[in-house]
Amino acid sequence: MKSLGNIRRSFAPWADPDSKPFISFKNITKKFGDFTAVDNLTLDIYHREFFALLGASGCGKSTLLRMLAGFERPTSGEIILDGQDIAGIPPYRRPVNMMFQSYALFPHMTVESNIGFGLRQDGMPKAEIAERVRQMLKLVKLEQFARRKPQQLSGGQRQRVALARSLAKRPKVLLLDEPLGALDKKLREETQFELMDLQQELGLTFVVVTHDQEEAMTMADRIAVMSHGNVIQVATPAEIYEAPNSRFVADFIGDVNILEGKVKAAGNGRIEIAGDDFTVRTVGDAAPAIGTGAAFAIRPEKLKVSRAAPADAAINASEGEIWDIAYLGDMTVFHVRLPSGKVVKTSMLNAQREVENPIGYDEKVWVSFAETAGVVLKD
Amino acid sequence: MTKWSRFNVASVALGFAFLYLPIVLLVVFSFNESRLVTVWAGFSTKWYVSLFNNQGLMDAAWVTIRVALLSATIATVLGTMAALSLVRFTRFRGRMLFSGMVYAPLVMPEVITGLSLLLLFVAIGFDRGFWTVTLAHITLTMCFVAVVVQSRLLSFDRSVEEAALDLGATPLRTFFEVTLPIIAPAVFSGWVLAFTLSLDDLVIASFTSGPGATTLPMKIYSQVRLGVTPEINAACTLLIALVTVGVVIASIVTKRREVQRQRDEHAAFAGG
Repeated sequence: MKSLGNIRRSFAPWADPDSKPFISFKNITKKFGDFTAVDNLTLDIYHREFFALLGASGCGKSTLLRMLAGFERPTSGEIILDGQDIAGIPPYRRPVNMMFQSYALFPHMTVESNIGFGLRQDGMPKAEIAERVRQMLKLVKLEQFARRKPQQLSGGQRQRVALARSLAKRPKVLLLDEPLGALDKKLREETQFELMDLQQELGLTFVVVTHDQEEAMTMADRIAVMSHGNVIQVATPAEIYEAPNSRFVADFIGDVNILEGKVKAAGNGRIEIAGDDFTVRTVGDAAPAIGTGAAFAIRPEKLKVSRAAPADAAINASEGEIWDIAYLGDMTVFHVRLPSGKVVKTSMLNAQREVENPIGYDEKVWVSFAETAGVVLKD
Repeated sequence: MTKWSRFNVASVALGFAFLYLPIVLLVVFSFNESRLVTVWAGFSTKWYVSLFNNQGLMDAAWVTIRVALLSATIATVLGTMAALSLVRFTRFRGRMLFSGMVYAPLVMPEVITGLSLLLLFVAIGFDRGFWTVTLAHITLTMCFVAVVVQSRLLSFDRSVEEAALDLGATPLRTFFEVTLPIIAPAVFSGWVLAFTLSLDDLVIASFTSGPGATTLPMKIYSQVRLGVTPEINAACTLLIALVTVGVVIASIVTKRREVQRQRDEHAAFAGG
């Protein structure tokens, strides 16, 4: 069976028509004065899902999260959490907890008191609070820092205190607002995997807001790509990358070459597009009208660069000239100038240390790709 | 360290002299043996003794302290509330008017504040005395507290309050368990400011006070008209000492907080 990307685990409630969403945004609109932050948005998130809201700043992703936490009220629409409309419930009565971008630790309390704050609000007996706080400290490996104040901790330690505090009440949903934004790159990568393991261990639903596509791809089961208060595509990381539904998503996630042309033939699961440099033949069920404009998206690593002409040089192939070369260690990026003047980006994995007669600057080469290597964009 | 030029030394000396020479003179002469205020006749603490035996002055001091404690406390509560509503509810109807009116007493001549309060108390038939002075001082000092607390709230990270709400604290508990402890130093300085303002106010107290509620500044002023006695110097010296101790304590608290914060940050970096 062929599929897009690696399947992390057999977890796909969104594909099962019988499963009920755990969180539902129904026709949610949020306006701040004249500005529409979220525009008639509908979205389902499932139980135990690690869900990412991804987008540039100002796309409405944080507003959506804040509405789920209860800090903003939707102008119209419903938010259903576990079968209950929560739009009118204040934040302090919602079974969700949030980890803030700034961590928002209480500066006048020790690490222990910070973590126990939510439990004290619920009137939990002292002994139980102490026990739960101890568990949480162990979970985030901060046992020896229990009596420190937040100012006496490093950035990474503060992040873990914030995490422990938001998990202490065992919420139904954990909201994470740019949780790793303030950490340096190495620590961020480590923490991404820690968060994934934690989510698996605790069996909670996580909703994370991020502008970092790599972070979203690493951690999330599904990603919602947002722009201007709307969801453009909701899909698994692999689908988002390999089968973007729009020019926006294709361009936003990773690198992409977009080849423009006109539809030459369509049907029987094949689409042919005639462009300036390529005649593209690709798989696709859509049947656009002959002669209409079409855009074909292909990722750099799916383009093959060779000295020899491919077997069928008329289809999915073009001559070109090496324009730029960037050696990145794990791979080498070639910019190839096609006859029309368009420059495409290709990348090649450096699987061997030594290469016999490597391709150099200004060389004439062939660029080619397979029928299944790219997708026709819907707009 | 830059080298001190003669000009610098001269200007610092002149500045200090200008500010403190009158006060130093007053303090020195409070220890004068002689009854004459301008002639030095040897060291003595007899005026302090006689001050404590002067029932009129002691009564006035007691009234002043009670008025200052009560008015500063109430003004702190009201001023903090005013600051909160000004910073937090940025879009209520009449906000501009309210913020202008809160700060009006800052620039209003005290004579006008005093006179208008007097007219009000007369109009509603409120007998002038301890309570009218207290109320007048609350009016005077509330805006100072509001200014101090407001400037602290402007740099306050709201997400800390949101975190408290998110963790299940009601807005009221959030205020008392999170907001107030964090802004407490500003609230405290507001209180100290209100207390000292009330302590040394003469004009407004003169307008709004009545029989049996003479404050210390009023008493001193009325006695000076009959001639300055070293007893008054002694009273003023004690007042200065009180205010100085207050200011020194306030600045030590601030300084220690600053040093502690720096040490914490240092420890955090060292700890990795």
